[in-house]
Amino acid sequence: MSSTHVVAAGGRGGATAPRPPARRNRLGRSVGRSVPLIPSMVLIAVFLLGPVISSFYGSFTDMSLTGSAAQGTKFVGLENYVQLFQNPDFLQSVWLTVLFLVGSAIIGQNVLGLGLAMLMRNGNTVVRGIVGTLVVTAWILPEIVAAFAAYAFFHDDGTFNELLALVGIHGPNWLYALPMVAVILANVWRGTAFSMLVYSAALFDVPEDVTESAEIDGAGGAKRLVYITLPMIRRSISTNLMLTTLQTLSVFTLIYVMTAGGPGTKSSTLPILAYQEAFKFSQLGLGTAIATILLVIGAVFSVVYIRALRPEVD
Amino acid sequence: MARTSLTLSSPSGRALRGVSNTVLVLIGICFALPLAWLLLASFDPAATLTLKWPSALTLDNFASVLTPELAWLPLWNSVQLSGGCAIITVVVAVLAAYPLSRYRLRINRPYLYGILFGTCLPITAMMVPVYSLFVSLNLIDSITGTILFMAAASLPMAIWMMKNFMDSVPVVLEEAAWVDGASMMATLTRVVIPLMRPGIAVVFIFVFVQAWGNFFVPFVLLLSPEKQPAAVSIFAFFGQYGAVAYGKLAAFSLVYSIPVLALYVFTSRVLGGGSALAGAVKG
Repeated sequence: MSSTHVVAAGGRGGATAPRPPARRNRLGRSVGRSVPLIPSMVLIAVFLLGPVISSFYGSFTDMSLTGSAAQGTKFVGLENYVQLFQNPDFLQSVWLTVLFLVGSAIIGQNVLGLGLAMLMRNGNTVVRGIVGTLVVTAWILPEIVAAFAAYAFFHDDGTFNELLALVGIHGPNWLYALPMVAVILANVWRGTAFSMLVYSAALFDVPEDVTESAEIDGAGGAKRLVYITLPMIRRSISTNLMLTTLQTLSVFTLIYVMTAGGPGTKSSTLPILAYQEAFKFSQLGLGTAIATILLVIGAVFSVVYIRALRPEVD
Repeated sequence: MARTSLTLSSPSGRALRGVSNTVLVLIGICFALPLAWLLLASFDPAATLTLKWPSALTLDNFASVLTPELAWLPLWNSVQLSGGCAIITVVVAVLAAYPLSRYRLRINRPYLYGILFGTCLPITAMMVPVYSLFVSLNLIDSITGTILFMAAASLPMAIWMMKNFMDSVPVVLEEAAWVDGASMMATLTRVVIPLMRPGIAVVFIFVFVQAWGNFFVPFVLLLSPEKQPAAVSIFAFFGQYGAVAYGKLAAFSLVYSIPVLALYVFTSRVLGGGSALAGAVKG
């Protein structure tokens, strides 16, 4: 919420911007004033825009890293895409990516994050502090360290199966038998803190007298949640869904360390598959086509998100 | 607790608190278990993949990992990569934020939209084309090239945060400087930057921490082991000895995580920036 105030203040700041001594050439002045933008423009153009454009272009060529095709790259039209959509690995990967997004981001992180934020309101201060710290620690650890911890937890000889054994269940080898379940749970563990923080801030802004008067009117806990709390924080919900989806779409390290996309390609989401195609099988064109598809998906989500944020830019 | 249950004056309020605390504790335990393994295994001379109390508490794991070639060189590389990336990003972002915050230029709106769009780009999805670009620019295995790419990738968010921080600096003092005939750069370096030091620190730490934890970018762009940062060498260690030396892996991971944890605590306690960071991440 604090960012909103900052932006609002900026709007006023811009309107009363100081006027330096008048110069005749207005165009020259605004060109001079945009000079400090140049370094950022150059860096972004070369290292972000460049790859995006070459990704679109490269996905229509047969480029590769080694072999005869590496010398002369030629234009092949939609061949990479046709090949992709006939590739069972790719179709499976699309499905796995959707599963990963829905399971770990849209359901897991959002529901658990909202649940934690609401429980925290009723919880004891000490419990709240400790649980909050634990959840946030999983989030701020470097991704590779979090991935090691999750690997150990879900390993055949890991803590999770040990716990199941305590209650008499012989757990499966999660990383091989059910790799998607393992990486989804691991991503929920790692990413829930973000949703929890967003929803805690949102719930803080819900006035208590509204929920209290609903309680006096006889609305039960579930009814208060559905008819009062959720509608009041719907903007935070949509923002958070968008951001967690975008973050989860680009998860690579966690899955790569835990299962390397395996066994076989049973947990290769699109970022992993793009990496495997390009660097393991030297199919740079295919890898680039997958990267392009991911960029387009990311762009669609960004546009929706930016439209929602538009009042803050103007 | 007692106070609120008095105002609610209902036994259901107290029961709700009891249930909430129990569920919170259970969730907390689930979140703690993988972290506890990391901590306990690093002090255990005979660590396995299962969480257990160490057979003996020892620092041997740390001692055997903290050698120049195993840990110190990769950590130094991480300092170079993240530090270089954070310095470049902050300097370029401060420069860009000034006209965006202070002038009404025709370019501002499209530029801000572009920046916002850039914050949403899935960088992992871009690594294949970035690799091709680096091959054609002959920048593969170049630390400078990697730093520049990481700086470019963190710029959109950094500029966005920096502009918001700069917007909250009042323009009155700058007006005085303008009247005295100070140039744009003089105003920026002598008036604005000193006033927004905490904001600059938050952006610096934010970029540094992200670069420090970045595994995929150096993994793809840097090939020589002696140039790789800790994130990549720790992964190589995992591949070579991960199946036997769990204690050492945990110790290495812990050492590598300490700067990030320390910077987070510093940001939230000293700079009061916990909310600032969350606000920035929110966009």
